[in-house]
Amino acid sequence: MDDIKVNQNPKLGSIDRPNSYIGRSLPRENAKKHLDGGGQFVDDLTLPRMVHVAFLRSPFAHAEIKSIDTKTAKLSDGVIDIFTAKEIDEVCKPWVGVLGHLGEMRSPEQSPLAKKIARWQGEPIAVVIANSRAQAEDALELIEVDWLEKDAQVDMETALDPNAVIIHPELGNNLFWTRTVNQGDVDKAFKEADAVVETTLDFARHTGVTLESRGIVADWNKAENKMTIYHNGQAPHMMQHIIAKHLDLNEGLVRIISRDVGGSFGIKVHVYPDEMAVTAISKKLGRPVKFIADRLESFTTDIHARCHKISGKLGVDKNGKILAMEIDDLSGIGPFSMYPRTSAIETNQVLNLSGAPYVIPNYKAVGTVVFQNKTPMCQYRAVGHPIAVAITEALIDKAAYKIGMDLDKIRKINFIPDNSYPNKSPSGVPLEDLSHQASMDKLLEIMDIEKFETKKKDDYQKGILSGYGVISMCEVTNPSPLFYGVGGAHISSQDGASIRLEGSGAIHLSSSITEQGQGTEAIMKQIAADQLGVKLESVRVTLGDTDATPYGGGTWASRGAGIGGEAVLKAARKLKDNILNIAAAIMQTDKESLDIEDNNVVRKNGGEGISLQKLAETVYYRGHEIPKGTNPELLATASFLIEGIPFVFTNSAMGCQVSIDQDTGIIKINKFWAVEDCGTQINPKLVEEQIRGGVIQGIGGALFEECVYDDQGNMQNATMADYLVPMAYEMPDIIVDHVTTNSGRSIIGAKGAGEAGTGGAPAVIMNAINNALKQVGAEVISQPITPEKVLKALGKI
Amino acid sequence: MAANNTLSISFTVNGEKFNNVNVPSRQHLADFLRSQGFTGTHLGCEQGACGACTIEMDGKAVRSCLVLASQANGSDLKTVEGFDDKMMEQVKQSFLKHNAFQCGFCSPGMLMTTKEILLSKKKLTRDEIRSEISGNYCRCTGYQSIVDAIEECINEVN
Repeated sequence: MDDIKVNQNPKLGSIDRPNSYIGRSLPRENAKKHLDGGGQFVDDLTLPRMVHVAFLRSPFAHAEIKSIDTKTAKLSDGVIDIFTAKEIDEVCKPWVGVLGHLGEMRSPEQSPLAKKIARWQGEPIAVVIANSRAQAEDALELIEVDWLEKDAQVDMETALDPNAVIIHPELGNNLFWTRTVNQGDVDKAFKEADAVVETTLDFARHTGVTLESRGIVADWNKAENKMTIYHNGQAPHMMQHIIAKHLDLNEGLVRIISRDVGGSFGIKVHVYPDEMAVTAISKKLGRPVKFIADRLESFTTDIHARCHKISGKLGVDKNGKILAMEIDDLSGIGPFSMYPRTSAIETNQVLNLSGAPYVIPNYKAVGTVVFQNKTPMCQYRAVGHPIAVAITEALIDKAAYKIGMDLDKIRKINFIPDNSYPNKSPSGVPLEDLSHQASMDKLLEIMDIEKFETKKKDDYQKGILSGYGVISMCEVTNPSPLFYGVGGAHISSQDGASIRLEGSGAIHLSSSITEQGQGTEAIMKQIAADQLGVKLESVRVTLGDTDATPYGGGTWASRGAGIGGEAVLKAARKLKDNILNIAAAIMQTDKESLDIEDNNVVRKNGGEGISLQKLAETVYYRGHEIPKGTNPELLATASFLIEGIPFVFTNSAMGCQVSIDQDTGIIKINKFWAVEDCGTQINPKLVEEQIRGGVIQGIGGALFEECVYDDQGNMQNATMADYLVPMAYEMPDIIVDHVTTNSGRSIIGAKGAGEAGTGGAPAVIMNAINNALKQVGAEVISQPITPEKVLKALGKI
Repeated sequence: MAANNTLSISFTVNGEKFNNVNVPSRQHLADFLRSQGFTGTHLGCEQGACGACTIEMDGKAVRSCLVLASQANGSDLKTVEGFDDKMMEQVKQSFLKHNAFQCGFCSPGMLMTTKEILLSKKKLTRDEIRSEISGNYCRCTGYQSIVDAIEECINEVN
């Protein structure tokens, strides 16, 4: 057994008892299949009579489709058929990406294939169905399209100008959604402030770049009226509902199977036009249809993220106390709001999360979301967090510099105190069980921050620009029905678990949470074995199959451990209770005198027990031996959802130290620290890997990643050779530590841990770089912070 | 039509003989291997940038998306399914121990690169390990756990 962390939660029992698995960094034994080449990804699946598709996609950001001629293409080798919007629309109804609980959202109907007008480069307009993908691609080249190219609205900053190109004339302008939050009186407070600082930050578009691209196999079985979908998504039950709704199928006869998924990060939780087209094609042809996006399709059709310009203002008194904060955020989401989650949530989170760790009595935030002719933008890992955290923390550093205060001290005096929860964020969002003070103290301790000011001065003498930064943040995890369901989206906020003792004595567990590599299967197994009192290896787990798992939301917004894990805990406790009831009847004793250890029912005071295998054999095969009236159920189910608050927040503190090469503008992250308070850690190693992976994605956004567009809306770097992702060489080791404040919303006490790294790293890196640049009076305000931008800031180019 | 041209080739995969197999002349090796059921070889970018499809061809690591299937004529190929010798079992245990993978999609390529590092017998520093695996993209781990695993393997092998 690997290292034992602290017993973090007394509600879970002693860490010293047998089968105590919660809180232990156990390896994911079942994931070894991936090292043997035995994963089952969507593209690994081949079905009899399966056909392949390739999409004809718009080469223009904005163009009218005057005609499409498929006659020659249809004669190409291996082609079965070619469909345009007309044929697909016969079986698939359009959708609209709006929610009802956040004020008016305006987005037009969207269909799988564009009709008449294409609105982004990459939008599908026709689809070839052939015996192989290669043959389908051959035929694509033979389709004749008469295009009339139109002016494109590429720049979000001019999207609301009077002379902007109106992308959807029926809406009158390019506004999708706007929201204002106004707490207190910022104008009055700014007047009273001793120092007011301002900044404007830019965040480029980047995207998820999951190594496994989006993929789907749809298999319509006419004889059974059943649609089986193999899909590398994150929310099987949501997809079941949506495919049934738009293809007019019996929802119960739509089965979604998500086996291994090669990374998702929010990219794979949305409804994509090409994937919906695939389901429609299968329905029309009555054959299995496979679509696997190639890398060009991934770059131009996977949702993009960020794309913000945000201005902020912060007022403090002479002691550094924050009096007021004001932000104004503009974001561009492409030509459609994504379905069914909408493309408003990123901006909504910017407004909710800015300033969230701090007491800010006067807070005003305005968010504006506009359409543009680029790939649709939507929720990706750490939705809105990088923007909210970066603007907040940049302003705080500026205020500290202005009044001459240490970077850690200004934060400490403004934190919402750890002992003051439940509390509210400056935007009015309920907060509970957080520890900004303790987390920052821990961060400063492990960073040994004192030495960095000295190092900075020493480096400067040597001609090296170095700097450091520290930040605090709130992380949205474990969403409640108040997140999507309240707005009308059929996205379950509840998750279920079902657990049974089988005739062999084995335990089978199924959960509606899905696995994309985080370790869902591993932690579910640890919780079940821990709570039941069985060996880890006696539990097997089924995930990702709507016919075989309880109903629920799936994996997104860091909800697996806190919501799905609690359901497993409750189900395991119920099953244990049932087992002990039966055992007490068989053993003619009180249930309270019994327990389960290492797959045996044992008497607490010693004496002969009974193995779970024997007990199961008695119940299943010789039920007549059980006393009459005993409940023979060796199956238990439970569900869990967060009630009463929108989310369970996690908090995090991060620090980093960087140096800048003044000749090349290259930034080196020398060290990075993260302190996370996610409550109970079911498997600390997996928590730390979530944080590290998240930080690296955050570094990607901060320093490297950008979907570059030209003025006509053509993406310029849609290959993995041109779009820079973080590779091993440039990445630092990341030191992770923890503070533990359990969530009071559940027995298990776990909160999420998947967002913080990506949400916080861009802020702390930018602050550290600016801390270094400040020595020479320079500053960077645009992410990714490329060497070119650094050199420009230094006045070298 | 050129697209339909095939060539007859012979080769071995993980020791299994394939004699006089017809392959489309334009098909790359990764697609061909996958079509034969060797689905452990993954495709991430099909232009040699991500490293997911890295396999062993005549003892050397190659991007199987950048090699035509027909170029494998007479070759001895090894894919992740065939990484079952003592050294690679040890590598896998180390990857498992350090959680040096999450979704597993990059793992076949990452294991092949690790194998090459270990066969080179070089005693690499952490920075050098990072440099060696910089042709293999992993979106999940942040690389540190992979470096940990490879560092441990280097210490054990040497």
